[in-house]
Amino acid sequence: MEALEIARWQFGITTVYHFFFVPITIGLSFLVAGLQTAWYRTGNEEWLRLTKFFGKLFLINFAMGVVTGIVQEFQFGMNWSTYSRFVGDIFGAPLAIEGLAAFFLESTFLGLWIFGWGRLSRGLHLATIWLAATGTLLSAYFILAANSWMQNPVGYEFNPDTGRAELTNFADVLLNRVTLVTFPHTITAAFMTAGGFMAGIAIWRMARRPNVDRLTYKKAAKVGAITMLIAGAGVVVTGDVQAKVMTEVQPMKMAAAEAWYSTDAPADFSVLSVGTLDGSEATEIIAIPGLLSFLATGDWSAEVQGINDLQAQYAEEFGDIVPDQDFAPNIPVAYWTFRLMMGLGFAGMAIGLWILWAIRGPEAKGVGASRWTVAIAVMLPFLPLLANSFGWIFTEMARQPWIVFGLMPTSLAVSPTVSAGEVLATMIGFTLLYGALAVVEISLLVHYIKAGLPDVSRERTDTHADDGERPLTFAY
Amino acid sequence: MELTTVWFILIAVLWIGYFVLEGFDFGVGVLLPVLGKSEKERRVMINTIGPVWDGNEVWLLVAGGATFAAFPEWYATLFSGFYVALFVILVALIIRGVAFEYRGKRPDSPWKAWWDKAIFVGSVLPAVLWGVAFANIVRGVPIEEVDGSLEYVGNFFDLLNPYALLGGLVTLTLFTTHGAIFIALKTDGEIRGNARALAERVGLVAAILAVTFLVWTYLVNSDTAFAVLAALAALSLVGALLANRVGREGYAFLGTALTLGLAVAALFTNLYPNVMPSSIDEAFNLTIDNASSTQYTLTIMTWVAVVFTPIVLIYQGWTYWVFRRRLTVDDIPEPRDAINADEKARAFDAEDAQHRSQPVG
Repeated sequence: MEALEIARWQFGITTVYHFFFVPITIGLSFLVAGLQTAWYRTGNEEWLRLTKFFGKLFLINFAMGVVTGIVQEFQFGMNWSTYSRFVGDIFGAPLAIEGLAAFFLESTFLGLWIFGWGRLSRGLHLATIWLAATGTLLSAYFILAANSWMQNPVGYEFNPDTGRAELTNFADVLLNRVTLVTFPHTITAAFMTAGGFMAGIAIWRMARRPNVDRLTYKKAAKVGAITMLIAGAGVVVTGDVQAKVMTEVQPMKMAAAEAWYSTDAPADFSVLSVGTLDGSEATEIIAIPGLLSFLATGDWSAEVQGINDLQAQYAEEFGDIVPDQDFAPNIPVAYWTFRLMMGLGFAGMAIGLWILWAIRGPEAKGVGASRWTVAIAVMLPFLPLLANSFGWIFTEMARQPWIVFGLMPTSLAVSPTVSAGEVLATMIGFTLLYGALAVVEISLLVHYIKAGLPDVSRERTDTHADDGERPLTFAY
Repeated sequence: MELTTVWFILIAVLWIGYFVLEGFDFGVGVLLPVLGKSEKERRVMINTIGPVWDGNEVWLLVAGGATFAAFPEWYATLFSGFYVALFVILVALIIRGVAFEYRGKRPDSPWKAWWDKAIFVGSVLPAVLWGVAFANIVRGVPIEEVDGSLEYVGNFFDLLNPYALLGGLVTLTLFTTHGAIFIALKTDGEIRGNARALAERVGLVAAILAVTFLVWTYLVNSDTAFAVLAALAALSLVGALLANRVGREGYAFLGTALTLGLAVAALFTNLYPNVMPSSIDEAFNLTIDNASSTQYTLTIMTWVAVVFTPIVLIYQGWTYWVFRRRLTVDDIPEPRDAINADEKARAFDAEDAQHRSQPVG
């Protein structure tokens, strides 16, 4: 394999892995802040126990997100130095701002939240988790602005003297229409993920130990399921708007999502298909008439451009930029990731609805102790989580052959002086390390889930603001 | 002043922030097996940096991001050139970061011993490698023009030259001294005295190594401003060790912080106006001019820095105020959360096992 291919695999592995932790961090920071606020307002100890329980799981997850995030910032320069030179004038700014405005906020206030129990006043302590949560949102915005620029480069000019893209309007970059739709789509998906995480764990506890803290877990199941459904509706709406923007700025991506070869109207959407998806045969099993037209344009009978036409059009427009003249992404990957993203998301929402039905009534009798209930509970957190992964694999893979759409092909973006052996060695290193850490992380999560809600009756609650003379009530 | 110079200074400031702050974190990690003889002592040490280490590490992320934004060519050549070294640093920072958070999550000793090793190794490696990296940047590395870009054309072992290895030992011993004084400043009881005694011994080694390194640097590139800053850095270290000796830990810590800050400032002064000189030919030097972003980008980034940096400094400073109190082994609460969770998780498993062993019927 060439360094290029291995570098792409490395980016894929490290980024998909990193993004298991990111949506949970974003969504769960707000949900934990919400639980703590409920305790602050009502004084009901159940909320405090839930805050501590999910707070612990949140921190186990957050640590992984932090450390795998450092790799993300470094690998642009390490594996993709030609890309970094070409876009640094534009792409570096949101990354630097992310660090300065978001990472400092997140890390500092989370440190205060972890160690601030019993030391900061209750109100101030509550404020620290809200500030940390705000940091996660800011971080998402800036990194998505950077990614959206790769999908739809705006606010720049190509400078032939320096041979690079240079920033001409930063506001255009921050207000890129792709950013404006991708941010809400990603954030609602993050809330859906955290909701699924919370609800799945709560239902699992209710099914496995029906008599232990049942009604407290019911509260968490309800919060999680409602979050999932509201956020899920948000994911659907924002995804719909995003598809229409995508059709305008990256029509090839939309065509790839349906393996749509010939320009035609109306365009059907196949739910499932068989065969090679190479356009040589009709392959769909179930197709919904006009749905692709609707997804792409909002009109059930509109024409949708096909891969063949776009290929011809791009060959004329960008023929001198892309060496091998192939402007179509990997169609089966685009086709299936698009469906898996939507399918897993809808499956998650369906389970969310079932949970609301199952936990009705004061005893939540609908949640039994059957194997099925346990299986559904275990599955639930993974549905939105994997939907996120497939969504990102679609977004990035279906942009190919471009690293920056219309400007720079991925094949010309790697570091010229880093050998295939070096990229392979680091890829194997990261993969083994990440694999080992996944085992540790999941075993810790399972350990604390089995332990259940902590006892808070001995908790000191008589805190005073800014009392530096108190011993720690929490310590590593 | 040219914006490229402003950003050269700002990047230096970010690295100073990083070395001064994560420097003592690294030192605490390096000393964990030395000063932390009992579990309680190790926990005291880890908890002195517990609330702040992650915020300290963000200085690295911002330094990296700011280099990308302000000097993309520097970022690209440096990160692709120092590839293997940066990979080792990343692995070290990963296991170290996870270790701080996971170590206390289970009460059993093997679990903790494992993470203690991760903290130690994860602190030693970057403490050495950052020094190696900076020494190489100052000394110049093989850079030449490849397809129109200035690329690093050496390999990993080119970075392990005597000057750079000395630089690595300087950062390792300086961070260790800085960390020992931080522990002395933030703790009380036996560990405080041990930390002070150790700071004196390691500090002496650090002083000899640092002075050798700075003199060597001066002999290669005789720059007056560098000499002044380097001399001040050395004086600060002597001052720090004297203050440590008479038990003025606050001044001692200020001293080692100044030492690190002045040393980084001296190296950047020595570098200016280059950012990464070539050892092959001066024509291939990366400079603040040929490596920088456009004026427009630098202007925007300057505004961002002017607005956000003071805010960050205020709330990070406040964190240190909140956790200003010295810790002793008596302040460390029993690991009640971890013990309770462990008991309950075991009980859960035991109940399951019992359930399984009963005949279904």
